[in-house]
Amino acid sequence: MSNVETFVAVDPDAAPAPSRDGDAASSIASRSDRPEATPWAASGSTAEARPSSPARLSSLDTLESEAIHIIREVVAEFERPALLFSGGKDSVVMLHLATKAFWPGKVPFPVLHVDTGHNFPEVIEFRDRTVERLGLRLVVGSVQEFIDSGELAERADGTRNPLQTVPLLDAIQRNKFDAVFGGGRRDEDKARAKERILSLRDEFGQWDPRNQRPELWNLYNGRHTVGQHVRAFPISNWTELDVWRYIERENIDLPGLYYAHRREVFARDGMWRAVGEVSQPRDHEQVITKTVRYRTVGDMSCTGAVESAAATVRDVVIEVAASTITERGATRADDRISEAAMEDRKKDGYF
Amino acid sequence: MSTETFLPDAGLDALSTTLFRFATAGSVDDGKSTLVGRLLHDSKAILADQLDAVTRTSADRGFGGSGATAPGGTQRIDLALLTDGLRAEREQGITIDVAYRYFATDRRSFILADCPGHVQYTKNTVTGASTADAVVVLIDARKGVLEQTRRHLSVLQLLRVAHVIVAVNKIDLVDFSEAVFRGIEADVQKVGRELGLGRDDSNTGGIADLFVIPVSALDGDNVVDRSERTPWFGGPALLEVLETLPAADELESHLESFRFPVQLVIRPQGALAADAIAGGLDPEAYRDYRAYAGQITEGSVKLGDQVSVLTPGQAPRTTTVTGIDFAGRELAEAVAPQSVALRLADEFDVARGDTIAAAGASGGKIPESTADLYAALCWLSPKPLREGAKVLVKHGTRTVQALVRNVTGKLDLASFQLEPTTTLELNDIGHAQLRLSAPLPLENYAHHRRTGAFLVIDPLDGNTLAAGLVNDHPGDHEDERYSI
Repeated sequence: MSNVETFVAVDPDAAPAPSRDGDAASSIASRSDRPEATPWAASGSTAEARPSSPARLSSLDTLESEAIHIIREVVAEFERPALLFSGGKDSVVMLHLATKAFWPGKVPFPVLHVDTGHNFPEVIEFRDRTVERLGLRLVVGSVQEFIDSGELAERADGTRNPLQTVPLLDAIQRNKFDAVFGGGRRDEDKARAKERILSLRDEFGQWDPRNQRPELWNLYNGRHTVGQHVRAFPISNWTELDVWRYIERENIDLPGLYYAHRREVFARDGMWRAVGEVSQPRDHEQVITKTVRYRTVGDMSCTGAVESAAATVRDVVIEVAASTITERGATRADDRISEAAMEDRKKDGYF
Repeated sequence: MSTETFLPDAGLDALSTTLFRFATAGSVDDGKSTLVGRLLHDSKAILADQLDAVTRTSADRGFGGSGATAPGGTQRIDLALLTDGLRAEREQGITIDVAYRYFATDRRSFILADCPGHVQYTKNTVTGASTADAVVVLIDARKGVLEQTRRHLSVLQLLRVAHVIVAVNKIDLVDFSEAVFRGIEADVQKVGRELGLGRDDSNTGGIADLFVIPVSALDGDNVVDRSERTPWFGGPALLEVLETLPAADELESHLESFRFPVQLVIRPQGALAADAIAGGLDPEAYRDYRAYAGQITEGSVKLGDQVSVLTPGQAPRTTTVTGIDFAGRELAEAVAPQSVALRLADEFDVARGDTIAAAGASGGKIPESTADLYAALCWLSPKPLREGAKVLVKHGTRTVQALVRNVTGKLDLASFQLEPTTTLELNDIGHAQLRLSAPLPLENYAHHRRTGAFLVIDPLDGNTLAAGLVNDHPGDHEDERYSI
């Protein structure tokens, strides 16, 4: 408990500094108004649009404060947290929330990526750029290494998303992570709808949906025994639209493939699949160039693009609000395997 | 079913919509899953691929028989399938656990905690209600107020849910009879009066609105739109009520005194390296930066406010708020439930687990710390509570050890009477006295939904054993309404 002093943000035992003069506080205040003090809010319009005396908080403000509260609780109560960061929009939003939670300190935990080896190159490039910008430590678990060593076998359908579980659990164990932040949202899937915000995993990383701790008020119980760890989902209560509205409001940078672009694609399983090294059309599948964007960014071998002209974040917000298909239904082959595909993966230790 | 008020661009403007959390309580037989499915369907939260799957399954199972059409001629689907979750639930045809659902209208974003009613109803209802601004309780119009209804309402009263809405479902099966509805409505109001629920100026509790609405979840009457088949009703549809009720924080934050449990201290230049500062910031500018991070649990705080730092075992220390920081923005004021970081005029030693509270004339009474905890406990674990047990109590951001000195009674939820007992079992609600290893600034839950709430945790396996609601010490009779 309260092993907070291992983190940069906290030093509860330090002697009080000599009292500063009355002007010190106000000079910090004026300094903090400089644009460079808020690297995530590059445009001044966000500050103008938000009243600083909030009698009624907007739904985004409420969700944001809830997420920051969760992130801070986990950092205060766990010894070695890490944040799952794929470069996908949900993990980007989660990392953005973490930067806000500890400002002006930096994010006091490493980020963890399970690299399937089939990732979009521009997403990996985005991942590395973000980690560099925030000065974070990146831990990578590699599906390819596990396949090369024979500990994992390639699936017949070529999809590597379900293979992420073993390298994930291995990275958690090797790094002794006791809490892992995930960007999972309850509106994504019916199994995730029953997930707790702090979700206990046993020694095998398994989720037991029938035996979950009740979660009451804003009091999160992160107690666990040796070998167990906790998955924490700070944006559990966000919808896809909330995520996009927040990206717009906060002017958050995303990999370019979330926005409309021209790409060589072919049709498979009712989705547009990108042509790439690990994603090749079969003989009868015709390659055409279309204007597409991605609603989710996973493994290149199982993530489909949607036809879209939404080139800006505003366009995407409007498109998502009007969408008649769920994001996973539209774009994820791995969730079409069976009615309980996500539930089965989660029980095995998937995020 | 007309849904033109819910445009697909509902909630596009992030600044104008507010968040509202509600829970549903009732059993499968009351049509709860159908009601939830109806709300999601008619507010267009169900997308085409989900609807296709449900339509297929409905047809496979022969739902509704051969003439299965709803008014308006559309094919009836089993809306309850929309809330199906886990494999075991589909296999057994039951709902095991609380599921969270999301939908939005142009006025509000909703978080719905769908609480199963027939298994472990207390556990699930307490869980769902603890974060809810409103709870919808279902009654079957053919059956009226049952013992289970009394139990649900009793739990909601105990948890001080701000708004209680009783949906009298299957009104179509009693031929939309006003007489049947009015009879049930009178029974509900009677239970409400016994419990102190309902808007009533003479009720010192004054804690909740109590609405009673006739609905048909299957056909959609009075769910999203007012029904023409209940012309005698004259009241709003369920969703209209949910859209317009104030959220609990909107109701309370301007009335309550400021309370802020400290989560952690933000001091980037502390004992550690100079690279502890966020990228892009000048380390020199934040050399002396020190702020206390947390979520405002109650009330509001303004720059220049006088506050007391409450540290267990120490006298309150009073100082002034010199900064309210939110990630580089300075706020003039912040309200519950915002997460902020406070800077104080004096360099006190403040740590996680301390509470910053309003002080001075406007602040009201500062909570006194005590190691004697009198509380109602909603027992959520299969492991029963015994006198003499050692447990952990998590209150705000502090966890302390506690000894269960005695269990003083168990609540009969149907009769609202307290029965003598020395043990509490799963789904029991009882009263107990605990001795804490360190004093905590406890406040009566009846007045303080956040600072009066705590968890009881098993020190061995870490599981959550109970939801705790702080009672007054016996002898402090300032609050009669809580003496259930």
